[in-house]
Amino acid sequence: MASCSQLDAVKGAKVLMVGAGGIGCELLKTLALSGFEDIHVIDMDTIEVSNLNRQFLFRQSHVGQSKAKVARDAVLKFRPHINITPYHANVKSPEFNVEFFKQFSVVLNGLDNLDARRHVNRLCLAAEVPLVESGTTGFLGQVTVHIKGKTECYECQPKPTPKSYPVCTITSTPSKYVHCVVWAKDLLFAKLFGDRNQVNDLNVHSSDDGDTSKSTEDVFERNQNEDPEKYGRRIYDHVFGYNIELALANEETWINRKKPRPIYMKDVLPIESFQQNGKLDNCIKEDVAISAMQVVGLTNPQDIWSLAENTKVFFEALRLFIEKREKDIGNLTFDKDDQLAVEFVTAAANIRASSFGIPMHSLFETKGIAGNIVHAVATTNAVIAGLIVIEAVKVLQGDFCNCRMTYCLEHPSRKMLLMPVEPFEANKSCYVCSEKPLLLELNTQKYRLRDFVEKIVRNKLGMNLPLVMIGANLIFEAGDDLEDDVAANYARNLEKVLAELPTPVTSGTVLTVEDLQQELTCNIVIKHREEFDEEKEPDEMVLTGWNAPNKESRFTSNGESSTHSAQVSERTETTVDTDTGRERSVITGTKRKLSEIEAASDNSEIQSLKPNSANHETPQQVIDNDDDEDDIVMLDAFPEAGKKKKVEVS
Amino acid sequence: MDGEELTAQQTALYDRQIRVWGVDAQKRLSKANVLVSGLNGTLAEFCKNVVLAGVGSLTLMDDRLVSDDDLRSNFLIPPDEAKKSGGSLAEVYCNSLKEFNPMVHVSVEKGNLTQFHGDLFDKFDAVVVSCCTLKEKRMINEKCRERDRRIAFYTVECRDSCGEIFVDLQNYTYAQKKSDDNVKYHLEYPSFQEAISVPWRDLPRKTTKTYFAMRVLEHFEYFHNRKYGETSASDLPIVLNLRKTLCDEQGVNESLIPEKLLDHLLSAGAKEHPPVCAILGGILGQEVIKAISGKGDPLKNFFYFDAADGKGIIEDISPVSKH
Repeated sequence: MASCSQLDAVKGAKVLMVGAGGIGCELLKTLALSGFEDIHVIDMDTIEVSNLNRQFLFRQSHVGQSKAKVARDAVLKFRPHINITPYHANVKSPEFNVEFFKQFSVVLNGLDNLDARRHVNRLCLAAEVPLVESGTTGFLGQVTVHIKGKTECYECQPKPTPKSYPVCTITSTPSKYVHCVVWAKDLLFAKLFGDRNQVNDLNVHSSDDGDTSKSTEDVFERNQNEDPEKYGRRIYDHVFGYNIELALANEETWINRKKPRPIYMKDVLPIESFQQNGKLDNCIKEDVAISAMQVVGLTNPQDIWSLAENTKVFFEALRLFIEKREKDIGNLTFDKDDQLAVEFVTAAANIRASSFGIPMHSLFETKGIAGNIVHAVATTNAVIAGLIVIEAVKVLQGDFCNCRMTYCLEHPSRKMLLMPVEPFEANKSCYVCSEKPLLLELNTQKYRLRDFVEKIVRNKLGMNLPLVMIGANLIFEAGDDLEDDVAANYARNLEKVLAELPTPVTSGTVLTVEDLQQELTCNIVIKHREEFDEEKEPDEMVLTGWNAPNKESRFTSNGESSTHSAQVSERTETTVDTDTGRERSVITGTKRKLSEIEAASDNSEIQSLKPNSANHETPQQVIDNDDDEDDIVMLDAFPEAGKKKKVEVS
Repeated sequence: MDGEELTAQQTALYDRQIRVWGVDAQKRLSKANVLVSGLNGTLAEFCKNVVLAGVGSLTLMDDRLVSDDDLRSNFLIPPDEAKKSGGSLAEVYCNSLKEFNPMVHVSVEKGNLTQFHGDLFDKFDAVVVSCCTLKEKRMINEKCRERDRRIAFYTVECRDSCGEIFVDLQNYTYAQKKSDDNVKYHLEYPSFQEAISVPWRDLPRKTTKTYFAMRVLEHFEYFHNRKYGETSASDLPIVLNLRKTLCDEQGVNESLIPEKLLDHLLSAGAKEHPPVCAILGGILGQEVIKAISGKGDPLKNFFYFDAADGKGIIEDISPVSKH
């Protein structure tokens, strides 16, 4: 309701929007229409064609330009007199420090990756600025509100991590198409076109006969002046033929599995057709994107190609890389916008799928899997942006007790497509918003400071510019502006194992890590441990005290989209993401199944969804103040507690 | 599905949404024709959504000239140009929408939809109206229903923080994947008149109060010859009387419809709250896309959003025979 107090709150507010993509475009428009007059927008991205179906502030002619700047100009066309300040920059860059954040009344996130979300969460906590967080995938989305001292922070609940696969599934026993895609992208493509010095499991696991890595290494190396055709044939026969034969030799593997079929090029493509195909080479025009599909005469990315077609594409793509993009070879990483790379990976994944009796897929589908492309539509983003503004207005009015987290569902739950839920209370063991120390088990005699900084402080704890202290002694500090002798000292420390640092780390030592930009400090109690289980604890450390997501494995991929067809069951924890697909929505479970909610919609008497009857009179527990007959949606914030805790509103 | 393939340009532009609803749905969308009439901020959101999604054509009807009120919750009207041009609302919308997606044919149709001859409806797959009186809603809905081909009919209203969507897909059959099998579903929708004729006593106790409040307002505007949204807080006494009359007729207690809610809706008039426009336009856009593409469970047959409680609720208000 656009009351006077609401308009005043909105007019006087200075707000920061992080992200000008799918949600961001909608949000900027809705903010401007709702009367906001001072809006700052940060986005590091430039506009791409695949954005245009939903990021309606952008046109074909803007492709390549800054999203933040173009979005500003587009909105000023219908609201010429408001102030929009764009920043074409990464929100993690040092200019956006706590001081910067403090100037805003509220921060609104429309981001596409976990990393940036965590970073913004910390800055908002440090600057004590309320945060409205959001995300969408396909028809699903959510908006959450995070206010220091009043609700949980963004990191109080563990976040879904990309799905990972055991190494041997990828290298030896694929059973799903996604396994073949991961193999084609992370192993074969990386091996042939990526950094040769990278460790790669392509052969180690696929041949169990003790091949020395030296002899196999040579297989992928193209001999000087080796004809691309001959080279392609050799690679093909090696990875789809010889390696499968080797794998078959290990009979134990196949006792309960379907045996794969080795595929050799001569069986798929008789020499004649193959050579004829080669002549098509002349068709390539320099001005169009280099494409193997085109050479082979395939046009529809939705089609599923035959084994022979995939073989042709594989071969042509390999040849095109050698002939047209030789200088790229050795430093390529897979990029979903690199047509030739997508074609190569599609062909390789399909040939492998064929070998293992797994259904083949189109280039379109393969690109989605390999590129972790998030499904996105304009309508969900528009709805979510509307909900963000509604929450932002409540925050600005200081109406915290009416703030809600809202889930946008694909299928109605208890008649609701948009389901508001009360915000959760902060997790008391959250290392980000509470001061609870973490416990870290590792082998202090083996674990180097470098790994501690990279794998734990940066990757696990999400710090950007960390420093590490033992008591009052500074042993490491990130940054470019260090004195030479100090930098040299840190560089030496990085190579040392923890037990041999100038201040030795042993069991019971407390390490303090701090990020000055995020103004986050965290104490870590070290526990020395000799051995770690290779399979279960591949990182050779265990970090507890924080409900961290599962361990990472070397193969992470989005995998099959589970959310998409699935109902939003349980608590949809952060269906992350708008755009580029750096993450994928995963439904995590705090254990309330939708089946219960659905059951409740048919039978309003079901107690599981009602507050404890003892608390029923508490007005704060009623979501809908006008209607005390309504059921209240109760979701479990803390499974161990078995019931939702109340947000204290002061 | 048969028919020509999507072009490379379409595939590139629609990549992310094809991943949501598939190529066949995209092809059907690109052949569909949508008509909207009674343009406001909510329909601006709706139009944006279906143009981005890539419908075949969008036809806009509204001969009114641009007023200051129209500018308030609207991103399709550049304030200075619009007034200078002297064009109708439909023309100004059309100019802005064309830029959103060059592959969609956006055009203007002059006149009043209630005066349209039946056969003019035939070229449309979906008709969406807003800012309509009760009488207009009934008339347009009936005209859609009289045609041989099925024309989906929608109304949407946004009165400040409250919104209502009505859907009439007549007899609608769609397929839904259920564990690898395609299961066919059939839904029978009542017309607007049939729906609002369902006795209030027969509705579940938990039916949203906004449904009843909207009916009272509709009747008030109808009996007093008001245009859509031509109301103010000073109408409250008369509306409270009308509430009593209607509730007595229906044999329900008038506390079913809170005075506060009526007061709020009357004060709002035709004024829209932009975040609510975005939400209603988003949900409505998705429903039209579903109906055209035959993908997904369509909502039956009312949707409500109220920013006051943040709930987006579906109500099925149908005579027993169409449940």
